[in-house]
Amino acid sequence: MKPRWLIVALGLAGGLIAVGASAAPDVAALARGEQVYARCAACHAIEGNRTGPQHCGLFGRRAGTAPGYNAYSKAMRESQWVWDEKSLNVFLKDPMTALPGTSMGYAGVKDAAERSDLIAWLKEASHPGAACKPIP
Amino acid sequence: MKSTSIYVPSQALFLSRRRAMSTSGAAVLSASAVALLGGHDALAAGAKVSAQELEADVRILNTALGAELEAVAAYQVGAESGLLSKAVLPVAVAFQGHHKEHAAAIASTVQKLGGKPVAAKDKYQFPVEKLKVEADVLRFAAGLERGAISAYLGAVPLFADRALAQVAASILGDEAMHWAVLRQVLGESPVPSAFMS
Repeated sequence: MKPRWLIVALGLAGGLIAVGASAAPDVAALARGEQVYARCAACHAIEGNRTGPQHCGLFGRRAGTAPGYNAYSKAMRESQWVWDEKSLNVFLKDPMTALPGTSMGYAGVKDAAERSDLIAWLKEASHPGAACKPIP
Repeated sequence: MKSTSIYVPSQALFLSRRRAMSTSGAAVLSASAVALLGGHDALAAGAKVSAQELEADVRILNTALGAELEAVAAYQVGAESGLLSKAVLPVAVAFQGHHKEHAAAIASTVQKLGGKPVAAKDKYQFPVEKLKVEADVLRFAAGLERGAISAYLGAVPLFADRALAQVAASILGDEAMHWAVLRQVLGESPVPSAFMS
């Protein structure tokens, strides 16, 4: 019979491996996500405001507050949304239904797997300081 | 493997539809035709398209207009970069001309629908520091065109006024040709897939 401390240690190690595995970005998913992001390039960039706001610093940012961007719809400015995996998943699926009045006249990324890849890639690519620099 | 079924209309139906479109003059949409067509249904239909739906159509058009004006500015940056060869420069200028036509047609339609067309920005934030050789300029332009295809594709199903959806589809076709040509010049497969998303 294994000592109790060994079982606990093995359990902890297994847990850490599991956490590590889930936290590590899936390289293939990121590559697919970058491909999906190409659809956004008419209006968005990671660095620099375009027809739409820049995405650098997106995660954790309150909607309607990208630095230097002043063309937000009233609906977006007043939404009180904060961008994270969950809110992006809802918005990107069907922007005009999720946030009526948004200027993002786009039917949405309907495929759940594509949205997941896109959001995973966005999270990596929009990390300010590490991956990008917001342009005021 | 994902199975995709596509409805292919019979040749007879296709031909009769083509004749019908030719008769109505809408088979080939010039910039002026686009401006005339866009908004016509909505204005004529009255009860069919609500004021709220019209407002949403105008909002979608204005976002497209902003992107078109940005594309015009981007091609200007490319044309003035001194990086484009003698053979490529006129093509880039021609594509810029198309974007100018799109912008004019959309702005006119927005006005006709009672909206205020967005104006070009005084200054655009383009990654000019990354444009070192001709291929960089072409790749940047190709990225914009690729995005424009998706943007119009994502706008087509949203218009309450179906005539506006036709206008968007017409512009989408032009953007797709730009993208294919730019990819060809870059040595990439000009048409890399059967479907766009």
